[in-house]
Amino acid sequence: MNNDITNLSLIETLKSLEEKKFSKEELNKAYLERIKELNPKLNAYIKVIDEASEVPVAIKDIICTQNIETTAGSKILSNFLPQYNATVVDKLVSKGMGIIGKANMDEFAMGSSGENSAYGVTNNPWDLNKVPGGSSSGSAAAVAADLCVFALATDTGGSIRQPASLCGVVGLKPSYGRVSRYGAMAMASSLDQIGPITKTVADARKVLEWISGPDGFDSNCIEDGFKSKDLKLKNDLNGLKVGVPKEYFGKGLDSGVEKVIKEAISKLEELGAEIIEISLPHTEYAVAAYYVLMASEVSSNFARFDGIRFGTKREDFGEEVKRRIMLGTFALSTGYYDDYFAKAAKVRNLIKLDFEKAYDECDVIVGPVSPTVAWNIGEKINDPLTMYLSDIYTIPANLAGIPGLSVPCGFSEGLPVGLQILGKYMDEETILNVGEVYEQNTEWHNKKPDLGI
Amino acid sequence: MNKYETVIGLEVHVELNTKSKMFCRCSVDYFGAKPNTHTCPVCLGLPGALPYINKQAIEDCMEIGLALNCEISNLSRFERKNYFYPDLAKGYQISQYRWPLCINGWLEVENEKGEKVVIRINRAHQEEDTGKLTHSNGETLIDYNRSSVPLVEVVTEPDFRDTAEVRDYAKKLQQLFRYLGVSNADMERGDMRLEANVSVRLEGTKELPSYRVELKNINSFRFMVAAIEYEVKRQIEALEKGEKLVQETRGWDENKKQTFVQRVKEEANDYRYFPDPDLPVLEFTSAEVGQMKNDLPELPWEKLERFVEDYEISLNNAKILTEERISADLFEEAIKQGLEKQIKPQQIANFIVNQKIKLDSEEDIASILESIANKKVDMIEDESELIRLVQEAITENKDSADAYKSGKLGALNVILGSVMKKSNGKVNADKIRQLLEDNLK
Repeated sequence: MNNDITNLSLIETLKSLEEKKFSKEELNKAYLERIKELNPKLNAYIKVIDEASEVPVAIKDIICTQNIETTAGSKILSNFLPQYNATVVDKLVSKGMGIIGKANMDEFAMGSSGENSAYGVTNNPWDLNKVPGGSSSGSAAAVAADLCVFALATDTGGSIRQPASLCGVVGLKPSYGRVSRYGAMAMASSLDQIGPITKTVADARKVLEWISGPDGFDSNCIEDGFKSKDLKLKNDLNGLKVGVPKEYFGKGLDSGVEKVIKEAISKLEELGAEIIEISLPHTEYAVAAYYVLMASEVSSNFARFDGIRFGTKREDFGEEVKRRIMLGTFALSTGYYDDYFAKAAKVRNLIKLDFEKAYDECDVIVGPVSPTVAWNIGEKINDPLTMYLSDIYTIPANLAGIPGLSVPCGFSEGLPVGLQILGKYMDEETILNVGEVYEQNTEWHNKKPDLGI
Repeated sequence: MNKYETVIGLEVHVELNTKSKMFCRCSVDYFGAKPNTHTCPVCLGLPGALPYINKQAIEDCMEIGLALNCEISNLSRFERKNYFYPDLAKGYQISQYRWPLCINGWLEVENEKGEKVVIRINRAHQEEDTGKLTHSNGETLIDYNRSSVPLVEVVTEPDFRDTAEVRDYAKKLQQLFRYLGVSNADMERGDMRLEANVSVRLEGTKELPSYRVELKNINSFRFMVAAIEYEVKRQIEALEKGEKLVQETRGWDENKKQTFVQRVKEEANDYRYFPDPDLPVLEFTSAEVGQMKNDLPELPWEKLERFVEDYEISLNNAKILTEERISADLFEEAIKQGLEKQIKPQQIANFIVNQKIKLDSEEDIASILESIANKKVDMIEDESELIRLVQEAITENKDSADAYKSGKLGALNVILGSVMKKSNGKVNADKIRQLLEDNLK
């Protein structure tokens, strides 16, 4: 087993290939062997592509891949073979990346634990009895267990950042409109965004450069692709103003997680940042507004699954999907629209304004990604409301359309904790910089789970 | 019997002839094509596919709106109209509801008495077409070639009071679409579709009736007029019998010459409209709109007025000559060339109309001018000779002359024909018509 190859980051892998330290064949062989060994334990992949020959990347199974089954973790798409590639897949392929597998996930990205997959739960590489988080459960677990160089995932309410946090890897949700959504099956179109889950922040930066930019297929995607500014990365945070929202440290936040986050904030201060307490007063309404808006969009987006042109019968939708379709159908109905959808849209606007105001005082906002570390499989699955509330710190960024990064920042109860760094709209540059400086001055990203091989 | 007033509102759908569909790159030129050959992931509503706005369609819709005296909303957006139907690939139609692109327009039309009345236009909005179902042998087949073809819907207020207004409005719209070059507006092919909302109320009442009958799926102006007239009669008879009329959709049976029920609306459909999250808000500055208004071609009704004024031709001739933009342009070109040969616009107009010439190429102009020039040499221009011919014809067609005097205006044509024959066609028909009218007063 060649762990020396599979524990390399994307940047390191590209460099090694360039320096001919190993070939692409050896690279794929190393990953495929590891997948063969570990995937039965982790169930991170729904499908593995044995004949992979480029730099091996995991693709969340909600992202369409031409002639490769794309199920979105649902039984209804068990036989679905897309006739086209998502824009992000084409962009990666043009950069010499290849698909090594389709990553497991909560059905249609609906879930925060990875348990809602029709193809079985994914296990957390740090503790196989724990959930990996969701909905990008397989993507995060695959990166954490070195079953791919990096993964692509989607984030509608935290689905990249939360599993990245729970699995101790880096997850980036770009600003809404930075990356074309074309080919990622829509959950909630105004909130969905594709982004990378990687082993380092520098890797996330690289992938964002590759996948961002317009494609003429997503009307909401902006013209400007992400290009790193040619700043020489300084090794300190002098002059940076870091906002810490008091609402992100209230009731519900696990004390172990809180301690780790506060230490990380102290580290930022030590690196030269000025820490400012800020307020995001409408945070407490975010989950409620999100569930109305998201479910409304779901109820419409899922009408195309009528079993006529593709897919099986509608009875094959899972419980959570049905729940959200019904919730959204209700919220949009005559007589309820103003009380639910219209009101939630107003709240969304207020949350956007909260951030705009906060960014008058600071450059980035930091806090926890998840109120707890990974929990036991089965623990919350019959309590959807508690599960929904676990997304309290990630949902506001989706509502506001701003970018968010999860960076490994320590452990509580032996399980990883992620630090969330939120940026201004279209300012991925700053959060990536902060993340990189933090990463270079800490060792958390080098910690690997012990998987017994 | 009580006196009733007819209340009609019209909805006109027109398919745009843009190069590609409303939200994807498939060609809209699907007529007669093999089913499902003009499709892609977007118009098939496959998972992951997204709509991408066709700018040309938006511009076409704005041109239609501006031509119909609408305001362009400086902020407009697409919404989703959610309903299940197999021909609706996505399970919703992208349309406009609360924020239409063009609002508050009007168009002047003629009523049955020949008076001008103004029809208010509520909106002209942008949407997409659906696929097409074919039922045969207990099977239903779906063709998505038409799915997502751009449609503009023009909706009036319930301002029509008779079918002459309806016909004039529909004809004017069809003419406009063709003038703007945004659609072939062919009714039979379904490029242009009419829906009329018809009800009647007691004369003198102001409120809208509590019901309305929607006339749908009628593919010619003539049938639509017949259907409305039938409906008005049916509704008045029903009300007179004390029956209650209901909200329903009816079609037209051309064989039986009557309308028939297609669907009774128990309750309004709940389409759960909401802003389409896949599409950005459409915003236009007043400068952009102003520019677009400036760039509009001369509209058919403007051209008509100018022809009568500038070229001093009859209203009837002007109507015929402006029917199509190409023939109007060629007519003007002919005038220009005719000027050099001392041929007057009226002569050209008369010649084209009398000879029923369809102008569609530059070559037509030369031959028309040549014919007029040759004829001109031996045209009878002498006034006293013309009067002699006219009086002779009146004496020889005494019955027709009497008929004309008693009000049968069509009888004049018989005497006119006689003059034309006597003179071997070497007279100006308009001139003779005038002389006949003077002599028969």
